[in-house]
Amino acid sequence: MIFAAILAGGIGSRMGGTDTPKQFLTLGNKPVIIHTIEKFVINENIDKTIVLTPKNFINHTNNLIKEYIGDDEGIIVIEGGKTRNDTLMNSIKFIDENFGIDDDSIILTHDSVRPFVTHRIIKDNIEAARKYGACDTVIPATDTIVESINGETIQAIPVRDYYYQGQTPQSFNVKKLFNLINSLTEAETNILTDACKIFTLKDEDVHLVDGEVTNIKITYPYDLKLANTILEDKND
Amino acid sequence: MINIVYRLKSPKFFEEAIDEIELDGVVVRPTHLSICQADQRYYQGSRPAEVLDEKLPMALIHEGIGEVVYDASGEYEAGDSVVLIPNTPQGEDVCRANYSYNSKFRGSGFDGFTSDLIKLESDRVVKIPNDFNKNVSAFIELITVAYQGISKFSEIAVTPKDVIGVWGDGNLGFITVLLLKEKFPQSKIIIFGKHLENLNLFSFADEIYQIHNVPDDIVIDHAFECVGSSASQSAIEQIIDLINPQGIISLFGVSEYPVPINTRMVLEKGLTVQGNSRSDRQDFVGVVETLKQNPKLFEYLDKLVTNICEIDTLNDLKEAFDIDHNSHFGKTILKWNK
Repeated sequence: MIFAAILAGGIGSRMGGTDTPKQFLTLGNKPVIIHTIEKFVINENIDKTIVLTPKNFINHTNNLIKEYIGDDEGIIVIEGGKTRNDTLMNSIKFIDENFGIDDDSIILTHDSVRPFVTHRIIKDNIEAARKYGACDTVIPATDTIVESINGETIQAIPVRDYYYQGQTPQSFNVKKLFNLINSLTEAETNILTDACKIFTLKDEDVHLVDGEVTNIKITYPYDLKLANTILEDKND
Repeated sequence: MINIVYRLKSPKFFEEAIDEIELDGVVVRPTHLSICQADQRYYQGSRPAEVLDEKLPMALIHEGIGEVVYDASGEYEAGDSVVLIPNTPQGEDVCRANYSYNSKFRGSGFDGFTSDLIKLESDRVVKIPNDFNKNVSAFIELITVAYQGISKFSEIAVTPKDVIGVWGDGNLGFITVLLLKEKFPQSKIIIFGKHLENLNLFSFADEIYQIHNVPDDIVIDHAFECVGSSASQSAIEQIIDLINPQGIISLFGVSEYPVPINTRMVLEKGLTVQGNSRSDRQDFVGVVETLKQNPKLFEYLDKLVTNICEIDTLNDLKEAFDIDHNSHFGKTILKWNK
């Protein structure tokens, strides 16, 4: 089976001036999270779309789905975790308990605040996860990356050609991901900020999928304002 | 749902744009697109400045096929191959939709097909079999233009159709001769063109003439003009000279300039000049059916596929337009991976 996990666990601490998590703010005519869910729901290859939200947003999310998408057995809302990895683990546990984990199942994990993901990116993720077991969506880095460990002076300026900016989806063979997470030491778990890092820590290959410059994450009020402005501009 | 559209912002400059689509029609993922001269005129900036100002930014391309991603009505299944109809009527009219002022046209009045997904009404797609040649299917829209012109001609011609002349050795001339041979197998179809290297590809025509070298005794019953631009004038002049009384002259060639016509002889011979532009659903259904019945047409039509470009980036799209611009014959197919 092919699962999509929409990670909506964050409470949007960086989005200033509003108490509503950014995935529930409106983009065009709908909440951001609905735009994101729709991308996966219309894809015939995806069997189940699991939406992971904070516990106190489960009902709200279900209501929004009912209002904008309607009853759809392919969408399930469950509670996320404290961290991104906890949230990811919750989705895998849910899959294990409800559908079982076979050798071929794959999971596409995607930020709920990236509603601009394209059909093509999702298609390429499915193909790459099937073929390689793990993939990450990236675009070439455009700004020079500067390394500073002390936050005051530059320690290194890596060659930009070797660097990419990570987007989502990040997609995996579910069984492989499950086994790798379970094999992590506590020290390894503590330094994990990214699902693909689980694979690289264990020397497993993660294939690159071309992202899009438009596949931005709505992180700051500016991002949402910009996106809405572009949409309104078209509708004039 | 959010959709990403790739628009021409100004001549030779494409940009990504965000659009919002409702899930109340058929959502299609484009797979194979084809560049038309009309797209090329926007891309090169050869349309009048006020036209460019009014229409851009706009996604180009109105010839293409795709795969159904989602259909709210359930009429189409995900994965179905469909040809896309660019002409989009806005309500009823007394004339055909392809001539209605109320119709909008993709890549002219609104966004064409260069996007991640395309939302259309369910009557704006026609299913095609999976075994159709995809590169040829990409320009079915162009074939429908010839098809609707020939259908119209069949309705209005009153004199015999023994000899039909086609002017213009480009893509549309090629398709028109091919369809005329299919529809009127008993008629003699003559191609009149300028470029010998192109004319040599018209092996299915009954006779081939270079326009400056036509024998004195050639006469035709009806004519199709597929020339366009400033050369339309000399083509129409030659047609009027060679055509029998009460013949039909079907015009297809687009010209940016007014073309003088010898109306004295049009009157004297009682000629009918029939304008043709674009097509509508019935023509798409007709062409798909014709191709199903005569798969050998794909072999001939495949000769028109001169460039196949993989489009992964906007730069690839630019390069494809440049390659197409430098091609004197044939179609540039865009394998859409963007």
